[in-house]
Amino acid sequence: MSVVENVGLDRAELLRFITAGSVDDGKSTLIGRLLHDSKSIFEDQLSSIAHTSSKRGMEKVDLSLLTDGLQAEREQGITIDVAYRYFTTPKRKFIIADTPGHEQYTRNMVTGASTANLAIILIDARKGVLTQSRRHAFLASLVGIPHLVVAVNKMDLVDYSQEVFERICADFAAFAQRLGLRSIDYIPMSALLGDMVVERGDRLDWYSGKPLLELLETIDIEHDLNTKDFRFPVQWVCRPQTEALHDFRGYMGRIESGVVRKGDAVTVLPSGLTSHIKEILFYNDALESAFAPQSVTLTIEDHLDISRGDMLVNSGKPPRTIREFDAMLCWLSESGFDPRRKYIVKHTTRMVKGLIARIDYRVDVNTMNHEMTDTLSMNDIARVGMKVQLPLVVDTYVNSHGTGCFILIDEITNNTVAAGMICDSED
Amino acid sequence: MNHRAFTHLDALESEAVHIMREVAAECANPVLLFSGGKDSVVLLRLAEKAFRPGRFPFPLMHIDTGHNFPEVIEFRDYRAKELGERLIVRSMEDSIQRGRVVLRSENQSRNPFQSITLLDAIAEFGFDACIGGARRDEEKARAKERIFSFRDEFGQWDPKNQRPELWSLFNTRTHPGENIRVFPISNWTELDVWEYIGRERLEVPSIYFAHQREVIPRNSGLLPVSSLVQPGADEHVESMMVRFRTVGDMSCTCPVASQASNVEEIIAETVLTRITERGATRMDDQTSEASMELRKREGYF
Repeated sequence: MSVVENVGLDRAELLRFITAGSVDDGKSTLIGRLLHDSKSIFEDQLSSIAHTSSKRGMEKVDLSLLTDGLQAEREQGITIDVAYRYFTTPKRKFIIADTPGHEQYTRNMVTGASTANLAIILIDARKGVLTQSRRHAFLASLVGIPHLVVAVNKMDLVDYSQEVFERICADFAAFAQRLGLRSIDYIPMSALLGDMVVERGDRLDWYSGKPLLELLETIDIEHDLNTKDFRFPVQWVCRPQTEALHDFRGYMGRIESGVVRKGDAVTVLPSGLTSHIKEILFYNDALESAFAPQSVTLTIEDHLDISRGDMLVNSGKPPRTIREFDAMLCWLSESGFDPRRKYIVKHTTRMVKGLIARIDYRVDVNTMNHEMTDTLSMNDIARVGMKVQLPLVVDTYVNSHGTGCFILIDEITNNTVAAGMICDSED
Repeated sequence: MNHRAFTHLDALESEAVHIMREVAAECANPVLLFSGGKDSVVLLRLAEKAFRPGRFPFPLMHIDTGHNFPEVIEFRDYRAKELGERLIVRSMEDSIQRGRVVLRSENQSRNPFQSITLLDAIAEFGFDACIGGARRDEEKARAKERIFSFRDEFGQWDPKNQRPELWSLFNTRTHPGENIRVFPISNWTELDVWEYIGRERLEVPSIYFAHQREVIPRNSGLLPVSSLVQPGADEHVESMMVRFRTVGDMSCTCPVASQASNVEEIIAETVLTRITERGATRMDDQTSEASMELRKREGYF
């Protein structure tokens, strides 16, 4: 077994982002431009969309066709919520969660945003900050995406006017401040002509910031991680029970937040028993420390009864072990909330029965106004009170995404019907 | 906080290990599909990372079309034995014998019929989850697939009826007869796979490296000469240095011209290539714009 002190950075990190905007804002064109100008489109893909473009009577190759749908979508007039696309530059690997922009937007954006480091919000320079831009900003803040990039697109149609750009920035900033969004970058661009996407172009000389790709390559995402609160939901207990490893008990899982070091004092929740970390293992490596989001195997000094669903945490700010909690809920399912039904709550590695005890209000995603309601249907966002049959070990979503999020599963259909983010009861 | 560097490969690896452990913990009777191809070679290393020093909590299974490259079958058996894990092989030949699969001609591609043998094997063993090495960058139908892809009693994928997948909270629940296909390397690209093979020093079948082979130029590809593929009257055979980017059915999997004799050289070629993996190598995906989508809806991977 080798002891690993350090692993060299052989290549870039991974950045996951989502693009928010409708077809009219030029979203597909922007993605197509990013892929094309970063040389991530292959010749056979290009010839395939060139063929389709000419079949549809277009003179130029329509880059937006790269994100075109499946046959099933075209035939049935439906859209599948998220398509994933990949590209790599010498600096980073990127995963784009591309979500279609119409009626089911809330559900789609929440789904795509749940794993994103960054959201690009597209605004048509001719139209300025619209209701939908505010909706996108609200959803980004709800799901806690750390960084926003406001892409003011179609600058070619407003004569590349600095004044127009600055007015839109000011409008958006005023609104974003109310939502508590902090890291926002604004970029004027023309996705159609390629200005400020990958290349700077020469028509936006007054803009001194980075073009989009350079920003995506350099934005600091490492400091988004919570490094204080160690959270380790146990996924699987490894007990080989072979002669050589007769007493080996390894607790396998992924660190959801924080850091762990050999010798650290840990508490097992919900039992509250304590011990110390004996080893941090990963395959043939014995590590001195590990951090989120690493998957590892931990062994501890004492022989405790620990199983899947338990959580190892450090001292400091402990999570709460509770049967009732408040949450923001996004309803995902086509069939609405049924107060007579119990649901399965999946939180970290635990599944328990639960119910929605109370609906405080529903948020109108266009106006942010609160409305009274006793029903929830697809795309609704609501503040609710949850009750669960057995205690869960939770943080607020704001403090730790991995231990503050949950899904609701319909016990009869087995469908995932809602996604929740736990909040402080006092908020 | 002084973190050690965490590369994109580390991030992808950790995600895949987390997925495998979720399958093991929540599914009653999972299986890992191992063909001997490079993607499933990566899956096996990820399973080692997920479960060692324990044994795998699932067997390995291969659906043998009878049209596989002999080097790949040999490698498959060698690797399973080396790991000391159980390998189940179900062959399409048996499905043909039993009348479950009827071929129009002996030499036609057997890719479309794999689904039948696979679904029969799932029923035979009562598997509720099949871990596979499919990646979203392979094809546009795959780009819209979930990591936990739900299949109904007929093994069918219904693209408009997929479960929303948020954070890494996977819904693994199934009714009897239904199953889930799980793709731990969904977010990997061809380049990621080769970089990981290089980093982990994984062995892969020899035909992934450049070798001298007799091929027939046909359409835009190079078809390998074999018992299944012989030149037509107006075709000619060339001997050239080639390697395979994918290893599938011998009758429709084409190699590419290459001099790359080791993983580093393959990575260098992969960075520069201008043709997608399937575009270069699979004649069966080029028959229609939606051929992969249609096969998937019938129960294919």
